[in-house]
Amino acid sequence: MAAKAILFDSTQCVGCRACEEACSRKWAIDYGEAVASEERISERKLTAVVTHGERYARRLCMHCLEPACVSACPVGAFRKTPLGPVIYEEARCMGCRYCMLACPFGAPVYEWSKVLPKVRKCDMCPERLLEGKPTACSEACPAGATATGDRDQMIVEAKRRLAESPKQYDGRVYGLNDVGGTSVLMISEVPLGEFGLKWSLPQEPLPALTGRALAFVPDVVGVGAVLLGGVYWITHRREAVAAAEGAPRGGNKVERE
Amino acid sequence: MSRLIRLPRLTFWRAVFLLVAAAGLYAAWVRFVHGLGASTNLSDEFPWGLWIGFDVLCGVGLAAGGFTLAATVHIFNLKRYEPIVRPAILTAFLGYLLVVLALLFDLGRPYRIWHPLVMWNQHSVMFEVGWCVMLYTTVLALEFAPVVLERLRWQLPLRLLRAVLIPLVIAGVLLSTLHQSSLGSLYLIVPHKLHPLWYTPLLPVFFFFSAVMAGLAMTVFESWHSSRAFGRAIEMPLLMSLSRVLAVLLAAFLAMRFLDLSRRGALHYLLEPGVEKYFFLLESALFALPMLLLFQARIRSNPRTLYLSAVLAIFGFVANRLNVSVTGMEASSGASYIPKWSEAAVTLAIVALGFAVFYLAAKHLNVFQSAAEAHAAPQAANSLQRVMKGA
Repeated sequence: MAAKAILFDSTQCVGCRACEEACSRKWAIDYGEAVASEERISERKLTAVVTHGERYARRLCMHCLEPACVSACPVGAFRKTPLGPVIYEEARCMGCRYCMLACPFGAPVYEWSKVLPKVRKCDMCPERLLEGKPTACSEACPAGATATGDRDQMIVEAKRRLAESPKQYDGRVYGLNDVGGTSVLMISEVPLGEFGLKWSLPQEPLPALTGRALAFVPDVVGVGAVLLGGVYWITHRREAVAAAEGAPRGGNKVERE
Repeated sequence: MSRLIRLPRLTFWRAVFLLVAAAGLYAAWVRFVHGLGASTNLSDEFPWGLWIGFDVLCGVGLAAGGFTLAATVHIFNLKRYEPIVRPAILTAFLGYLLVVLALLFDLGRPYRIWHPLVMWNQHSVMFEVGWCVMLYTTVLALEFAPVVLERLRWQLPLRLLRAVLIPLVIAGVLLSTLHQSSLGSLYLIVPHKLHPLWYTPLLPVFFFFSAVMAGLAMTVFESWHSSRAFGRAIEMPLLMSLSRVLAVLLAAFLAMRFLDLSRRGALHYLLEPGVEKYFFLLESALFALPMLLLFQARIRSNPRTLYLSAVLAIFGFVANRLNVSVTGMEASSGASYIPKWSEAAVTLAIVALGFAVFYLAAKHLNVFQSAAEAHAAPQAANSLQRVMKGA
């Protein structure tokens, strides 16, 4: 099966929050008026509709092609699956929350109210994708603002809409290349930054940044061990030679003031 | 009999310790019974706070004197520093134990702290840090073990430990280099979150460098306090040389820091609105001031001014770590984070525990050797030297 993507078109969204409700039903999280009015994702809802005047956008895990959370997690609790979803395996998680720090989208949230909390986030309904079905939010959307399909085709569709009615969009397909590309694509009439979403991100995948530093580890160990061993040998050799020659040792003088 | 059950005299500092410990225990109860939400001001927007910023980032850095002095004496063969190796190793060992203790508070599921042992992700900086901290704590335990074994007069393990001392010290230096720098690498993945006054590809280099400085400053700090607590002569000539090195390191660090800012074109952030620049200037001043002081022989040769300069450098280091982990992360998060009382109480209690255990260890074990004792101690590397001569 080809890799999937969610395409969200802000211009089609009517702000009905059916996506939120469907998502909460899937996760068996209580969903009521109070939760609906919150415009942020949290342990109370894993996707949120945010309003900006008369316009609406969605927050959810963007399912990066090279996710920061997958690289950050010390115990490998996150995995990018071939179909697109970035999934979280609770049984591995020790709760260090480095994923939350690393995620550029603020997608992983924590169960702060629980004594034994876990991370929560949208998982792009992998069980539904495997059956060839759209995600719960896509299925619930009455306005056609959220849709699921092959990523390649969704990119073509997004670009088609931008080309067909250029005045209706700001000209960008969000998620096409941001942080190396994401499995959630968004198009909008105004820059998504105006909704308070973080969209001034590097085009380079974030794991590359830490990867470059980690690449030094073998060198530090190898060169360091040789260097320290060498210094040890020289400093102690000098001492052994001095002892053999019966000469007083130079250097190593104490500061006297 | 009455002498055996006599209670320790309640001094001012002991009373302070008891109060701090009581508050810490109550906060611990809140943390483990009611969870992180009830005991911290952390949020989805601000997932790392005081416990990571101070207890872990500062704790590990302040313990860097252990590997620095072990290398100075055992690798670089500067034997005159021998008398301050043991206290430095003790500080480091305690420091790491307390870091692990703090982690148990911060982890959402502390009983899974062992997971990185069997669940690997080599792409994770956190995974590397976890392994290095674990291995280095083991190294420190072995480096400190002789102090306990001497007291117990267990000769065989002592001889075994002496035979592997040099490989141990080398492993300790390598592990420390890796994780001290990697604590900085943790933040490489948040270029969009960490303020440009602190975000730089050189974060790992700066973290390592400043940890060495913090380790040296802590050596002065603990020497001063233990000399006062135990009425012991302070090792002035050693500390004077050490603090001259510290002054040079501070100067080099500041130079690198500002060169990096100008190279990245980030110096203009010092003129832009926002509170970050004040915190940056505070941090820089806390590095610059001890540097200027310690470059003067007059300041270095007076125990009190030497100590105060070291304290300033420690503050500078703590300011730097808190700026990276808290100040520099706040603006982008959109949340404002001020630690809850329980976070502060746990942190204070952990620091107090460190002081108390250090005091007890220094009192009952042969931590502060006199110079004569240190030299009389069997040459650690005898066996290795023989091997090398034979080769």
